[in-house]
Amino acid sequence: MTVMNRWILLFFVACFSQAANAVLKIDITEGIEGATPIAIIPFQWNSGTRLKDSDISEIVSSDLARSGKFSPVAEKSLLARPQRPEDIHFKTWRVAGVDHLVIGSVQMIANDSFKVEFRLFNVYRGEQVLGYSFNATSATLRTTAHQISDLIFEKLTGLPGAFNSRIAYITSSGKPVEYRLQVADTDGYNPQTLLTSKEPIMSPIWSPDGSRVAYVSFESGLSAIFIHDIHKGTREKIASFKGINSAPAWSPDGKTIAMTLSKDGNPDIYIISLQTRALRRLTSHWSIDTEAAWMPDSKSLVFTSSRSGKPQLYELSLDKGSRPKRLTFDGKYNANASVSADGKVIAFVHGANNSYKIAVLYTDTRVMQVLTDGPLDESPDFAPNGAMILYASQDKGKAVLAAVSTDGRQKQRLALSDGEVREPSWAAKRK
Amino acid sequence: MKIITMKSSMFALVMALLISGCTTGVQPDSETGVDAGAGAEGGESGVGATVGTIGEGGAFAGSALEGMTISYEKNAINDPGNVLSIKTIYFAFDSSELSEDDVEVIKHHGKYLALNSDATLRLEGHTDERGTREYNIALADRRAQSIKKLLLFQGASSSQITIISYGEEKPAALGHDEAAWKLNRRAELVYE
Repeated sequence: MTVMNRWILLFFVACFSQAANAVLKIDITEGIEGATPIAIIPFQWNSGTRLKDSDISEIVSSDLARSGKFSPVAEKSLLARPQRPEDIHFKTWRVAGVDHLVIGSVQMIANDSFKVEFRLFNVYRGEQVLGYSFNATSATLRTTAHQISDLIFEKLTGLPGAFNSRIAYITSSGKPVEYRLQVADTDGYNPQTLLTSKEPIMSPIWSPDGSRVAYVSFESGLSAIFIHDIHKGTREKIASFKGINSAPAWSPDGKTIAMTLSKDGNPDIYIISLQTRALRRLTSHWSIDTEAAWMPDSKSLVFTSSRSGKPQLYELSLDKGSRPKRLTFDGKYNANASVSADGKVIAFVHGANNSYKIAVLYTDTRVMQVLTDGPLDESPDFAPNGAMILYASQDKGKAVLAAVSTDGRQKQRLALSDGEVREPSWAAKRK
Repeated sequence: MKIITMKSSMFALVMALLISGCTTGVQPDSETGVDAGAGAEGGESGVGATVGTIGEGGAFAGSALEGMTISYEKNAINDPGNVLSIKTIYFAFDSSELSEDDVEVIKHHGKYLALNSDATLRLEGHTDERGTREYNIALADRRAQSIKKLLLFQGASSSQITIISYGEEKPAALGHDEAAWKLNRRAELVYE
């Protein structure tokens, strides 16, 4: 992994009206080498004034840069600003080593009604490879921009884009500490607070359809697991047993939540059916079993267990009579798995010599690769397309979010201007 | 010569401070040993007994508990000289094992609960910030559970004890080094 020059994405977010909803600021901290150069020409606003925070080309540039797979040409360095296909002089861009070019426009067709168009060109072939038109309102322009990012990303990488989605995370600030469960766009915009509490909130995780968030709240003085419907604003308590109620994990088929309970005397993994509320105990061991993460088929899960003396990852099938199979053998602390959507890669926390780093394990070859530098990295969560891992980190003693591309090449930091932020979860879909 | 004398008197002063400091509570990562069996007997010798004394080679000689009184009177938990004033138990990293001193302290809390059936205790488990948050919730739960088992063994009732595991969510000391971590790997006995 080569350490690159630090550069800061032109992405400083202006003040939001809700003071409590501090916005995440994203800095790309490492790695643009090897990324595909792409020129995104500022979109032309055909009528009306350019809306604040809704600069489509800037949002698309930021999204693609954050993926680690693209290196958008800085706006200042653009050789030309063609607005129509016939204005593009492909040879100029070819000489500059730019592989792809995006042009587009925003047209106000009525009060608060916009038509957004974009075209993607392959510079070497000199032809259009993608073109779409969208209707939007001022409230959905950013969403449209993320949709454009997803379309470009998928066309050029073959992987589905994950930009038009949401992240959930926990923030804390103030004295006495106030904890908040928030959800925001994947670039940190539009933060909404789902819950504010004087007691800890932990472990938010999205439902596979992106409509609900499960989490642990200590608001009653004891831990309990809730499911929060982000559109209706309603919530439901699904577990408040004696002892710990922790580490909820939503099965990919949406039917079941795995969790850790100590109601029977020791932390063990249980699953609860969301339809029948039937509870089934999956592990029964004197050691710690916790942090379940589902495999994509919803038929087995990976969890952390200290049954060997130190925390290691194990895989367990839901089939009756199955025994856990140990997955990690390198080092004395391997915990808190997140499984990629295709099941091929498991991200986890690897601890050694007082330093905790994000590592990945390839399930076919069993090769382990450490991706981050620590010292207190935790809570890895795969982006839905498996290209990036979002995690929690420390920067100058402050809790921040960070992301690393799954190949470890590119890193970025998402910090709150005020307060601490941790435990990110990336929704698979926007709903 | 003079310098040496100064040093030795300084040493004596430091030791005296350490010993008197120790009587206010079991210190984290204390390396002092104690004969738990003898201590237990001392504890059973009667309400109001004093556990050892400095220089007399009593049951708690060399122990952090030296000089503390034992009483299970209703308000004994508020007496800074009573062994029950020790309400924080510290742990090694990724461990829920109790030291012999801790076992001794917890036994007295167990007896107190047994003798004061209207007393209720909230057992809070905590960890330092290292390792993963949910693993730490489980680890802190085990810390509290190991204390609860001892309390029950002394005759406390399960209904008197509520366990809550905070993991690393509520550190006692801020900071990212062992000085802070050792204060955070703890269980707190909170009488309600």
